[in-house]
Amino acid sequence: MFLYDFTQLTSSIHSSLVESFGEGALTTTIELAIAGVAYLTFFAVLGLFLVYLERKVCAFIQNRLGPMRVGPWGLLQTIADFIKLLMKELIYIKSADQFLFNLAPFIVITASFLAIGAIPFDKGLQVLDFDIGVFYVAAVSSLGVLGVLLAGWASNNKYSLIGAMRSGAQIVSYELSVGLSLMTIIVLAGTMQFSEIVAGQADLWFIFKGHIPAMIAFVIFLIAGTAETNRGPFDLAEAESELTAGFHTEYSGIKFALFFLAEYINMFIVASIATTVFLGGWMPLHIPGLEGFNHVMDFIPPVLWFFMKAFTVVFIMMWFKWTFPRLRIDQLLTLEWKYLLPLNLINIVLMAVVVLLGWHL
Amino acid sequence: MKVVVDYFKDILGGIKTLITGMKVTGKYFVSPGEIVTQQYPENRETLQMFDRFKGEVIMPHNDKNEHRCTGCGICEMNCPNGSIEVISKWEIVDEKKKKAIDKHIYHLSMCTFCGLCIKTCPSKALAFGQEFEHSVFDRSQLTKILNKPNSVVTKDLKE
Repeated sequence: MFLYDFTQLTSSIHSSLVESFGEGALTTTIELAIAGVAYLTFFAVLGLFLVYLERKVCAFIQNRLGPMRVGPWGLLQTIADFIKLLMKELIYIKSADQFLFNLAPFIVITASFLAIGAIPFDKGLQVLDFDIGVFYVAAVSSLGVLGVLLAGWASNNKYSLIGAMRSGAQIVSYELSVGLSLMTIIVLAGTMQFSEIVAGQADLWFIFKGHIPAMIAFVIFLIAGTAETNRGPFDLAEAESELTAGFHTEYSGIKFALFFLAEYINMFIVASIATTVFLGGWMPLHIPGLEGFNHVMDFIPPVLWFFMKAFTVVFIMMWFKWTFPRLRIDQLLTLEWKYLLPLNLINIVLMAVVVLLGWHL
Repeated sequence: MKVVVDYFKDILGGIKTLITGMKVTGKYFVSPGEIVTQQYPENRETLQMFDRFKGEVIMPHNDKNEHRCTGCGICEMNCPNGSIEVISKWEIVDEKKKKAIDKHIYHLSMCTFCGLCIKTCPSKALAFGQEFEHSVFDRSQLTKILNKPNSVVTKDLKE
């Protein structure tokens, strides 16, 4: 049993800091800095790995090899790319709104920072554990679109503006589906706190516990989540073939890198939310009645469980991207308003009935 | 009622087609079969170009050092950017003056590999070779004489 409570670690760090610096602003600042550095490192490593993974998955789907040159199997390719991006010139856009233009990438990356802080990677391994955690994540993850809109507006470029407007329409619509599909599970879980949601899945994951409505909600969440991250087949905001690069057409160097990183981190955040809410978070796979099986599953560390599930969802999203053609904007809105939303509303009522009558497992 | 049935049929049909597509890509992901990527400098020894690859213009010779070029100059006339120069000479065959090829000069540096010379050659004397490593240190090395020294036109041109 590897169920290590990370609150022990954090509280021991806290108490040692209090010993040397005393209770007060200094201790809090140091703790915040530690958390910030930890998340920055995690962001960088995760972003680089996800880009590598995307390129490899895409290559295998298309009968290619993908990056093979830098490092063994091209493992260092994304690091080389990142160094290149850091050293590239930041092109000054004369007619852009300088302040907003520079602000936009930071809003996008801040939104993903805020969202990932609430994800529990293991017991106690999360920065924020609000009692309204799901609501909080839904709220801050939609802040990212503000950066996209600003980027499109401030670039003073028709492609950027069209891309940003599309992205605005897209997020406003799909935010509904994400919220409602999460709410379906909240009806089942009876709490919005992430740690409680995970604890509620100790015997069985919610996707199995809530059977039919939970599975419908999961599929809807996957579709809407893919749309929320502006990834293919819903990548209308950048649509290379129509809008050059959409909202980040005018961005170069590190500012572009921030947008790029945020896109991949957002994908991981959506996968993490799906993992936490539907697939049991860091909880091992438990089936009621099979004691031996449950015991064997407990030997895999919870962090590993979390990342295994999250990367499975990430892989499914990549699979989507490299299989389906891009939707037109009207098709995109039809899918949301005529299909996902009505289904979602029916589904949430269905889940309420299931919970009321005690039909869940 | 029919509208409602159609609505759900629509959704199911959509899901079915999406799964069909994902099956195809999923199959390629698990078992890619033939990998199309060529790891070029490493596989230099084994790399086989495909039949229709347009490497460079060559003039095939048979083992008796004979080619099929009559020196008519049609390739030169058809070349859009003047990569070909045909220099012909007069030979006395059976006490008759006959035109024959002296030098078939091919400027690889100017060639766009359009293939018009090969297409229009009346005696099928030219062909595309598979060689593609064309980089040299001196531009003069890109000017090639396609007919080999002392080669003659083959006797059985009709075939």
